[in-house]
Formats: sequence, C-alpha cells, structure tokens
Amino acid sequence: MHIHRLEKIWIVVGIAMLGVFLVVVGVGAFAMGMQPPGSHHDHAHHTGAIDPEKVDETPPFDNPRLEQVGDKEYNAYMVGYAFGFSPDKMEIPVGSTVHFQITSSDVVHGFQIPGTNVNMMVVPGEVNYLSHTFTEPGEYLILCNEYCGIGHEYMATTIIVS
Amino acid sequence: MTNPKQSLPREVADRSGSAGRGGEPTGPSETTGDPHQGALAHAAEGHTAAKSAGTPAEHADLSAKSAGTPAEYADLSAESTGTPAKPADTLTQKAGLHMPYPPKDAAIVLSHIIFAFAALLLGGVAGLLQGLVRGGMVELPAGIGYYQLLTAHGVLMALVFTTFFIIGFLYSGIANTLGGKLLPATRRFAWFGFVLMASGTVLGTIMILLNKATVLYTFYAPMQASVLFYIALVLLVVGSWSSGFGMIYQYRYWRRKHQGQLSPLFAFMSIVTMLMWLIATIGVAATVILQFIPWSLGWVDTINVMISRTLFWYFGHPLVYFWLLPAYICWYVVIPKIIGGKIFSDALARLSFILLLLFSIPVGFHHQLMEPGISPLWKYIQVVLTFMVVIPSLMTAFSLFATFEISGREKGAKGLFGWLKYLPWKDVRFFAPFMGMLIFIPAGAGGLINASHQMNGVIHNTLWVTGHFHLTVATSVALTFFGITYWLIPVITNRVLTPAMNRLGIIQTVIWLVGMFFMSGSMHTAGLFGSPRRTAYTTYNDHPDAVLWMPYHVAMAIGGTILFVAVILMVYNIFAMMRMPKGDTPYPIGEVSDQAEPTPKLLEKWWIWIVLVVVLILFAYTIPVLEMLGQSGPGSPPWVTW
Amino acid sequence: MTKPLGKEGKYKDKEPTLKGTFASVLLLALFIVVTWLGVFVLFIARG
Repeated sequence: MHIHRLEKIWIVVGIAMLGVFLVVVGVGAFAMGMQPPGSHHDHAHHTGAIDPEKVDETPPFDNPRLEQVGDKEYNAYMVGYAFGFSPDKMEIPVGSTVHFQITSSDVVHGFQIPGTNVNMMVVPGEVNYLSHTFTEPGEYLILCNEYCGIGHEYMATTIIVS
Repeated sequence: MTNPKQSLPREVADRSGSAGRGGEPTGPSETTGDPHQGALAHAAEGHTAAKSAGTPAEHADLSAKSAGTPAEYADLSAESTGTPAKPADTLTQKAGLHMPYPPKDAAIVLSHIIFAFAALLLGGVAGLLQGLVRGGMVELPAGIGYYQLLTAHGVLMALVFTTFFIIGFLYSGIANTLGGKLLPATRRFAWFGFVLMASGTVLGTIMILLNKATVLYTFYAPMQASVLFYIALVLLVVGSWSSGFGMIYQYRYWRRKHQGQLSPLFAFMSIVTMLMWLIATIGVAATVILQFIPWSLGWVDTINVMISRTLFWYFGHPLVYFWLLPAYICWYVVIPKIIGGKIFSDALARLSFILLLLFSIPVGFHHQLMEPGISPLWKYIQVVLTFMVVIPSLMTAFSLFATFEISGREKGAKGLFGWLKYLPWKDVRFFAPFMGMLIFIPAGAGGLINASHQMNGVIHNTLWVTGHFHLTVATSVALTFFGITYWLIPVITNRVLTPAMNRLGIIQTVIWLVGMFFMSGSMHTAGLFGSPRRTAYTTYNDHPDAVLWMPYHVAMAIGGTILFVAVILMVYNIFAMMRMPKGDTPYPIGEVSDQAEPTPKLLEKWWIWIVLVVVLILFAYTIPVLEMLGQSGPGSPPWVTW
Repeated sequence: MTKPLGKEGKYKDKEPTLKGTFASVLLLALFIVVTWLGVFVLFIARG
C-alpha cells in the first residue's frame, strides 16, 4: 500500500508526539512517584477491600480522624457518606503532607480539593489513597465530585492550612 | 438515456448538477451541464452500481484494482436483479428516469431520524433547564429535581438521539450502496430493532419522569433504580443489536453475490461501526443483565461495584466512538462528493477504521484512572492503548485536508492555503460537518489531556469533562448529523433542499457554534478552576473558590440558552424540509481518487480483525479483572439516595 | 527538478501536491502540544 510521502512524515510526527506524551507521564508516574490515586506506595497501610456495610466497625474507619504521624506529616482516615465527609473539619500547619485514605459507607462519591491535584473516587468496598503537601495557607474546599444523590451539592467540607 | 434535468424544476437541476457549488467556484467535474452527470447523480440515488455507467473511464482503474476485473461494475449492476428487489424498479433506475426512494426503506430511515430529533428536543429542554438552574437563574418548580433532568438529558441525548440517528443514517447508506434497497429480512431486523429501542426509550423516560431512576445515564452502582429502568436499557441495547444484525445480513448477502469484490466504502465502514458496537455493548449488557437486574429484583443482596464500573467503561469508551464513526463516514465518504472532490484513499480510510475498531475498546480504564482497585501498571497500559486510537484520527485529519486540497488545486487553487477558498462554504451540507471537523481539533486535544494518566487528576469529574464531550459528541458529531439531515431528508422524501432551507441550515449551525463557544468554553475554564460536573446550584457556603466559578456558570447558562434556540430551529427545519418541493436529490457518495492505490484485500478479512480485537481486549482486561475479583470483599447493598 | 529521478523521485512526481495539507496537520499538532503542555504545567504547579 503506497502512502503519500508527506503523510508518512505526518504519521511519524504524530506517533512521536504521542510517544513523548506517554514517556513524560510514564516517567512521572513510575520513576517520580506521581501515580494516580489508588496506589499509595506505603503498602503497609493498604487494607484493600473493606465490607461496605461494616465501615463504622472496621479500623481505621471506625474512628475517622486526622492523625499526626511525623513532623508535618498526617494520616487522614476519612469516610464519605451521603451527604458529607467525616471527619468534618481538619486543621494542619502550612507545609504539611497529608496522606488521605478514604472509603464510602454507601454509594460512590468523589473527593476533590480545587486548586490541587487531589482528585479521587470514593468507592464502597475499596479504600483509595492520595497524598498531598499543602504549601500555601488557606481554607481549602473539599467537595464531592461524583453524583451521589439529592444532596450531592451539599457534600463538602474544608481543611484549614495555617 | 434521457437527460433528467429537462424534466425537473430549475433548482433541482441546479443542485444535481453542481452538488457542491454553494456559490463558490468549482471545478469542471461538478459544474458541467453534462447529461451524464445528471443521469449519474440521478441513477445513483438508489443504486451505486448504475452511476459508474455515467463515467466509465473514471472507474476503469478502480474496478481493475479492486477486483482485478474490469467487469466489476457490470456485475454490480446486474446484481440487483439477483436480489429480491423488483427487477422493474432497477430497470427504470438504470434508465435514469425519475425513481422515488424505495418507500419501505424511506419509512425505516425517516422513523429513526424523527425519533432521534424528538429525543433531541426533549433532551434539549432538560439541558436548557439544567443550565439555568446551575447558573442560579431559576429554581425548578416543586417536584422536578435537577438530577432528574440531568438523567433525562444524558439518556435522551447520549443514548437515544445518537443511536437512533446512527442506525437510520447507516441503513440509508447500506440501502444505497449494497444493492439499492434493503432486503426484506434486513427490513424486518430494522423494524424489530426500532420497536425494541423505541419501547425502551419510552419506558426509560417514564421511569426517569417518575423519579424512579435518578441515577444519571451512567447508573453507577450501588445506587439502585427501578428494575424497569434497567429493562428499558436492555430493550434499547438489544434493539440496536437487531439493527446491527440487519446490516451485517445485507452486507453478507452482497458479499456472497459479489465474490472477490471490494465492498463499497460506506458499507464497510458501517459494518465496522456496528461490529464495534456489538462487541462493546456486551460489557453493558453483562453488567445490566448479570448484575443490576438480579440485584434490583432482590434475587441477590449485593453488587460488586468495581466490576460493574469496569464493565460499564468497557462499553463507555467505545460508546463515544460509536458516535464518532458515523461522523467519520460522512467526512470520508459523503463530504468529498459534496465538495466536488474525490476520496483521498480508500485503503487508508479502511485502515483507519480497522485501527479504530481495534483500539477503541481495550481502553476503558482511562475513565477509571482516579479509582482504587486497579493497579497503576494496568491503568498505564490502557493509557498507551488509548493513545493508539489517536493514530487513526491523525490519519483521518490528513486524508480530509488532502481531499480538500486536491479538490481545490484541481479547480485552480494556488499557494499554501488557497484551496480553502474553493470549499463550498455556503452549502450547509458541507458547512455544518466541516465545523464539526474543525471543533474536533480542540475536542481531540482535550481528550488526550483527559487520558494522560496522572494528569487526569487536574480535570477528572470537573466541568472540563462536560465541556470536552460537548465538543466531541454535541458539536463534532451533532453538527455532522445535522449536516447529514439536510440532504438525507430530501433524499428519502424525494424532495430538494431549497436555497431558503440551506440558509436556515447555515444560520442554525452558526447559532449552535456561538452557543457552544460560550457553554463549552466556560465549562473548560471553570473545570480547570475545579468546578465539579453533575452538581446542582451551590456556592459551598460561599467558599471563595466556588464564588469565583459563578460567572462561568452564568456564561454556561447563556450558551445553553443559545443552543436551545438552535435545537428549536433544527426541529423546525425538519418539519419545514418535509414541505420542500418534490424533486430528485441524489444520495451523495464520494468516489475514490484515481490516483489512490488499490485497497489490500486483507482489510476485509474480518476474522483476522475480530480475533485481534478479542486478543487486545483479553490482554487489557484479563489480569486486572482477575485481580479485582480476587481482592474484592463483600459487595454493596442497594441505595436510593434521591 | 535538477536532481536525477530515482525510484522515489518517480513516485514523488505522481503524488499530488499536499503541502497545504501537511502545513494544516502540523498546525493541528502544534495546537495539541500547546494545550497538553498547558495542562501539564498546571499539573506540576499544583503538585
């Protein structure tokens, strides 16, 4: 099959462009630890599956909380439910890294902090992980970005960085 | 052979003689008053075969290269006597006398098109109200919920409008290119499919209006709608299968009668589209029939949420290609005819469709990048496969520009971009789909961003995504479908597009573009600032971030209102087109450039491609699904949270 | 065309002029790269 010379060049240019994109995100993800959520490298904390009907009796989600685990390092054990997040309000000093671990006690929810890359699905029966370092002070909005029912637009909380 | 122009009204003769002129200079191939041209277009109405008789020289090498025998076209025209079609009809067609579109086929095509536009109107009303609510401009009267409207909008636009239009359009082209009319068995498949899909739509819409299914069109578990909603989805999908089988039946019949010949490009592409649809809908059928229905009937207590999401997105991404491929058919096969040019390369067109078939399915994880339960390696592998599906679209861009440039240069275009001036900008049948192609550039660019693994975190479930698919399906695809409607309704109702209707069509397209500029533009921007999709009016207790989004939400509402005006005008145009003067409009099927290379027969060896699709799907899904099944604990009980 | 025509050259002669097409698709690629880089920079800045 004969292909026009310029089209051959175009296909090579196009594939090269896609290849560069893939290498950039691939290196970021696998070599620099910028993986999408769900893959926290701290596997000791990976509890995997959880019984969605027994979230309130399964540690650590029986006691949703913000827990300091080091200098400016926190674990946030969180539960998304219709229509809110638990714990409700959190406060951390500026420069802190928070390891969010979240599950749902009912339907699928979202967990997003606008202005950051914190964005993950909260799926019943699964625990999702994502870490973020808050370098700027402020009152950050945490909102549910997956439709979860009649009160979906009220499902939000804040994390205060001071 | 009589010249049909002499017996037709002036505007008819004008149109059939210069199918793509639109007030711009065109080349000799389309502007001649040559009786062959008229007869050619005329006969082509219901019969591709007959058209080659008008210009034997042009086709000599095509037939030689595709079938290795110059007798191909003689064969082809003889073919229709071999079909159950009435021989008398085909004889008059060949003679170039006025021949109405086969009424039984017209009924099938028209029913699908009208049903599609009824869904567009209803979905448009829902969309308008949503926009106004989110912009904080109106509050819904008691009883109607925002998310109820959102469910109706998604189901009616994304599932009903698209599927009905696509099936109607593909049947029209199958009839046209595979023997001039549909076989009786094909018609039965089509009507059976139509009845199932229409009942599914009616049942589903009722359940949504009753607030028994406010689960959005993605119906994520463990929200549980009424079992009747899931049954409605089954009817819709199984109905579309019947239509797909009808097309495959006619295609196989044609191939049996034309051993060793290359099938018409339109038919080939239609079969790719429906084959992809059949393979993809297995996923949604599996989750609905094996998971949702038993669970919503109470036969099982829980549902595996991750498996249901994975099966949904196994279907959900090819769904968007199911919308896009028919638009590509118009761009590849119909547009060259309308601009008075030639198809750049039959072989490359088929190759790109085969690549789309292969790579549009094993990529569903790029909708699940932010989810737990899937290892990052398998997410990334599907990201790579997603990028592969971009390659045929890059090839398509080249082929389309090449068609435009070659056609323009033949007409005397000079300079690097001089050929742009030779395109029929004032012909809505070109203008609307062309704008669709143009918008596909930002739409595609946005798609690449969405699929870029961890970068998905910037935009996932924000309004950016809503803005993205309002460019892909609601502009690139919708404008192409509108452009098709402006010639398809005249063809099947034996009418001619009047200059006034052409002008209304251009106006309708421009209104759509203006509305979409405001709506999708603000959606993209607000999404980058973090505003979530699928969320009713809220300022999150006047949080400063959310207050900042409000002006964009207002611009969305304004854009949505402008788009609604365009929907109303489109629906009016459909009615007005039914009252246009009677006459003869040829079905615009492009011819392959004589410089194009022969098409390798390999491209039509279906079993190779089906095996490859299956292998790719198994490769992309087997291990992650086994991991999912192995890790998952107890499932989720049902929830009704609306 | 002062160069002697080899096998490739013959093909080239037969091929239609598509420099406008080539320029168009390169502009398309440029648009894709610019928008992609824009969001990539946003991703890095927000990390």
